[in-house]
Amino acid sequence: MSENQIDEGLRSELQKRGVWVTSTQELYNWGRRNSIWPLQFGLACCAIEMIATAASRYDLARFGGEVFRPSPRQADLMIVAGTVTKKMAPQIVRLYNQMPDPKYVISMGACAISGGPFKQGYNVLKGIDRYIPVDVYIPGCPPRPEALLHAFMELQRKIKEQELTGKNKAAHLDRAQPSEFPVPDFGAHDLEPPSNPNIFHPPKLERV
Amino acid sequence: MESLEEIKARVEAAVPGAKIEVVPNAAVAAQSSLLLDREHAVALAQFFRDDPALKLDHCSNVTGVDWLDRKVAKKVKVKKVVEGVEKEVEETEEEFFPGYLEAVYHLFSMSLKHGPVIIRMRTPDRAAGAHLPSLTSIWRSAEFQEREIFDLYGIKFDGHPDLRRILMWDEFEDFPMRKDYKEPDDYEYEPTPHDEVLEKAQQHYPPRPQLDGAEKITATDSHG
Repeated sequence: MSENQIDEGLRSELQKRGVWVTSTQELYNWGRRNSIWPLQFGLACCAIEMIATAASRYDLARFGGEVFRPSPRQADLMIVAGTVTKKMAPQIVRLYNQMPDPKYVISMGACAISGGPFKQGYNVLKGIDRYIPVDVYIPGCPPRPEALLHAFMELQRKIKEQELTGKNKAAHLDRAQPSEFPVPDFGAHDLEPPSNPNIFHPPKLERV
Repeated sequence: MESLEEIKARVEAAVPGAKIEVVPNAAVAAQSSLLLDREHAVALAQFFRDDPALKLDHCSNVTGVDWLDRKVAKKVKVKKVVEGVEKEVEETEEEFFPGYLEAVYHLFSMSLKHGPVIIRMRTPDRAAGAHLPSLTSIWRSAEFQEREIFDLYGIKFDGHPDLRRILMWDEFEDFPMRKDYKEPDDYEYEPTPHDEVLEKAQQHYPPRPQLDGAEKITATDSHG
């Protein structure tokens, strides 16, 4: 148990006596995780599922994420919903850099994860995690709205666990951690560089 | 609508000096096409659009084709003196066809409700001579599609109002739809590689160890 958490037994005991106890961290994370404002943009067919998730049938508002912001300055979450072409990738990284901390990324669908069906093509980026850190990956082509809701809840769980102080404090509170990442340039044959080696670690191939 | 041979005869009479070739298509679709010569292509296209019997006023599609250099082996009978006797000997000769790039236009008539008439133009070669006259002045709808062909095949359309890359970025130098295009090598682990992907994957496999046995390629997370 971390030093920032309250003993569950003591808390329930106090609650029975009408005293509600919390910590700054809990209150802070509770507020943050229930008002995640996504950046309003879509890239391909996954965006249609994202729109469906935000609409009345699936209703992302139940989780506090319905406020899609048209400006990266007001957004907490980037849902990369769709195929990232190499021509689009620098703009995605630039938008991510313009978002204020703390910020999170959901990589939605096969294309945003790995290039998906277009992986062997010449114009599609083989996963947005080559340039920006991703918090939650959703497989699917496209993923159903339930899958996006699941990813959203997964992200909420992740935010709930984040600590404000101490050794394991959240990345956005750690000055040593970068919050902006280099924007790739358009090269003669490919993006320059083709990935950010500091954050992208492709699997190593081994014979067994 | 009249046959392609009839169109060819009429249009060659109307545009002096123009040469048209009927390119037959033996496949089931049987969509044969007309090959226009580059020098008269714009005048010919104007005829196709304005002729009252054709009125091909709608250019629905423009696309490119890349034809690589070809070598065709042919068997030729040659007379030769073998051991003092003249004999007929079969020899194989290789015939060389230089490659070229092609632009294909699909034309319809909205007013007469017929089509398609397919016209083609060929470049003299695949390198510096890859120029074709632009037909954007005849069919406005060809503008973006000619830009796309320029972007992906590298055919330069002379007389095009705004010939820039349309899909790839301006700094890009290759032509990805050409058959000899080599894409950048940004390969990573592929769980079920096959065909060309397998060939690509094998170039990235670690070297074979001394002991040769049942083995497979797996990926381990480099985070450990």
